[in-house]
Amino acid sequence: METTSTSLPHGAAGHPTPAAEPRLAGDLAIWVFIMAELLAFGAFFAAYAFTRANNIELFNAEQAGLDRTAGAINTILLLTSSYFVVRAVQAAELRAARAAANWLLAAIVTGLGFIVVKLGEYAAAFAHDISLSSSPFHMFYLSLTFFHFMHVILGLVILVAMWNNARQGRYGPGNMNGIETGAAYWHMVDLVWLILFPLVYVIH
Amino acid sequence: MDTHMHGTPKRATWLWLSLIGATLLTWGMGTHGAAGTWAIAALAAISFWKGAVIILDFMALRHAPLLWRAITMGWMILVWAVIAIAYLKGLGQ
Repeated sequence: METTSTSLPHGAAGHPTPAAEPRLAGDLAIWVFIMAELLAFGAFFAAYAFTRANNIELFNAEQAGLDRTAGAINTILLLTSSYFVVRAVQAAELRAARAAANWLLAAIVTGLGFIVVKLGEYAAAFAHDISLSSSPFHMFYLSLTFFHFMHVILGLVILVAMWNNARQGRYGPGNMNGIETGAAYWHMVDLVWLILFPLVYVIH
Repeated sequence: MDTHMHGTPKRATWLWLSLIGATLLTWGMGTHGAAGTWAIAALAAISFWKGAVIILDFMALRHAPLLWRAITMGWMILVWAVIAIAYLKGLGQ
């Protein structure tokens, strides 16, 4: 999107005026991929919601056994990690490569926090003999959260690659595509969790 | 490259604090025994707002062509509508 960099109008104080041309942040390919991911998660959520509607008592009883505090902590961790990625992108826009790298590292650490909490949750579930075949609720709980968990892991791999690039000063006002593309994916992982958590852990 | 595409650190920080506050509010509602259709409706509304912040501000779709914003927001509206219909269907069981 470098084509607009020299033609942006400037305000009275000499600062660039806000986004004149609408622009998608990140590569078009990642957005097509994100739409496919959202469709898959959306189908999964609908399947859960309607299976639950036909098995209310079973779903309510087994949902009560989930650790909502761990889920809430993970919500805070993902929201915070997403915020750190926003700060990294903002830093890259201002040519602050070192700051961008540090924000990305903070995002990786909070993302790893999500993994640790989730693994603790799975360990507790398996200790109680919860499995894919133990009930329709557990099938949905394990498959939905694990499908999301795999996205968190892929997101963390992407964040590490972005951190490495940021440390080498590869991102800046003329080269935002890479960091914006990775950021869009990480925010998608957060967005999906913001529906998955209330749907599977809370709504009863 | 427009420097306002991703907003200011100050705005991002306020949004993040609001998201955390909303999460703690719904968590508190749950631990204090809030239940029933109205509590669920409040939870869904707050969750929807959180998703909208991620889509419009964090993903910067506020500054994207309308079509992309409409598809992504439309997806979230559709998902929550399906959840609401299924929830109401379950109440009749």
